[in-house]
Amino acid sequence: MTTQTTSARPAAGPRKGFRRPPASSATEVGRPGFAWALPAAVFFTLFAIVPLIMVAVLSFMSWDGLSSPQFVGMDNWSRLMDDPVMLKSIWLTLLLTVLGVVLQTPLSILLGVWAAGHQRNRAVLSVIYFVPLLLSATAVSVLWRALLDPNFGIPAEATWLFGDGNLFGEQATAIGVLAFVSTWQFTPFHTLIYQGAARAIPQVLYQAAEIDGAGRYRQFFHITLPQLRNSMITSMILMIVGGLTTFETVLILTQGGPGTDTTISAYYMYDKAFKSFDYGTGSAIALALVVAATIISLIVVRVSGYDKMRSSMEGVS
Amino acid sequence: MRRRPNYAAGVGSLLWLFVVGLPLYVLLAATLRTRQDYAENGPVSLPDGFTLDNYTGAFDSGFGQYFLNTLVVTACVVGIVLLLVPPLAYAIVRSRGRTTSAVFRLFLLGLAVPAQAVIVPMFYLISEAGLYDNLLGVILPTAAFCLPMSALILSGAMRDISPELYEAMAMDGATPRRMFLQLVLPLSRGGLSTIVVFSALQAWNGFLFPLVLTQSDSTKVVTLGLYNFQTEHGIDIPGLLGAVVLSMVPILLVYLFARRALVQGLMGVGGK
Repeated sequence: MTTQTTSARPAAGPRKGFRRPPASSATEVGRPGFAWALPAAVFFTLFAIVPLIMVAVLSFMSWDGLSSPQFVGMDNWSRLMDDPVMLKSIWLTLLLTVLGVVLQTPLSILLGVWAAGHQRNRAVLSVIYFVPLLLSATAVSVLWRALLDPNFGIPAEATWLFGDGNLFGEQATAIGVLAFVSTWQFTPFHTLIYQGAARAIPQVLYQAAEIDGAGRYRQFFHITLPQLRNSMITSMILMIVGGLTTFETVLILTQGGPGTDTTISAYYMYDKAFKSFDYGTGSAIALALVVAATIISLIVVRVSGYDKMRSSMEGVS
Repeated sequence: MRRRPNYAAGVGSLLWLFVVGLPLYVLLAATLRTRQDYAENGPVSLPDGFTLDNYTGAFDSGFGQYFLNTLVVTACVVGIVLLLVPPLAYAIVRSRGRTTSAVFRLFLLGLAVPAQAVIVPMFYLISEAGLYDNLLGVILPTAAFCLPMSALILSGAMRDISPELYEAMAMDGATPRRMFLQLVLPLSRGGLSTIVVFSALQAWNGFLFPLVLTQSDSTKVVTLGLYNFQTEHGIDIPGLLGAVVLSMVPILLVYLFARRALVQGLMGVGGK
């Protein structure tokens, strides 16, 4: 029954207007055909799928942006394998991603559960908490670059806390800045996820716990946290994918420096392709990033059992 | 039901208010101060006098043009999304064809692809098409990367339309086109406003595509203008922050007047 309807169905025009269709095909009448999806599919293929295939092809080619690309086999890949900056960039990417998850998850759970309460002061403060969401990643990075300026920024004011005030001069502090700025920028977003999820927890669970004499902290650990499990996985996948593709923050705050001490893979890709004009190697890094992000997301989904869990959410949300 | 106030939460929330509020205070206060005042008294002090030079200065250094460019990009991206996604989502929800479900899977796959992944071939394609340093060269890929999430949001909203309504229209002999125009579009207004806000945000905040695909002042968008201002006049912090504040004004307006749609657009969910 399903295959019959795939044959091109015209988008317009009356269909069998006089005859009442038999009961079995009553649901088939007036269903749109593939033609409705075609324009979007073509557009998306042209500007997303074709480039995605091309990035795989380009990763086996040498191209400087001027002459036409040359096929070079595994050259780009084998050079990357031996490139100390590339290996360091993978390590830095993982470090920043893990730092992001570790810092943002507890913070946004606490803030989200807190903001889910309907008290007046919470509603008012939440409005301020969400303001960073109104700034683009670029604006956030530019703002913090200015705030942390070694000469005119906050560190220069508080030398008792920040030493010489140049947080961009050493690897440890530069990484700290990147992790902090990402946290400042993205915590409100994840807070929103947890706020929505916390509000969806059935109140009866808390009422039952109350009757059993469970205090606030036991309620949090035994009801709230387990009920937020699905949101945690969603939010963590977004954090991981976001962490692997962080770009503006590094470009604007540290330019990958000092030296290559904060050159994460996505920035190294940009640096290789658009500063060293080695587009082949840049494509190889880009492809590796997509594959890594997809594999890690799949692992998180599989390990957490999220793929089997969907049905168990139904009664709750 | 609450028995006693939650003191730990209160203290924690005030700490976070400090972390979020202090930078925002500096941001706003700095834009009203002179460069000299900022340099001498530091970022955290109270303004010593009042000036709007930082805002007018932003326009003098070309932000008027950048705003115009960003507006064009945003409007066109939203237009393309509104043209392509509703028929697509309608087909995803209502079509029984295998090709359509294959298309849906293609879009789901697209959700996982970040712009960084395709930026090199995009640069190649756009240059070959003669669209380098042309706003159209920014608009097309930006719109394409809005499609997967928009399709997901809108098809979610359209799934909520009750099947009985379709059946009733089918009994009257309505064509797919008539159902789309008279039933589906009016009933998925929430989803439509979410995808408008979502794609407008993507376009307004977009950085990587403009960075790689444009170069001259006449095609510069606001985010790129901020980045260039910072690298060129990094020392003029109040001027820079004035431009930052200007760049968030449109989003702030949406936040004030359509908070629900904005939050949903940001989260890329719902639309109910």
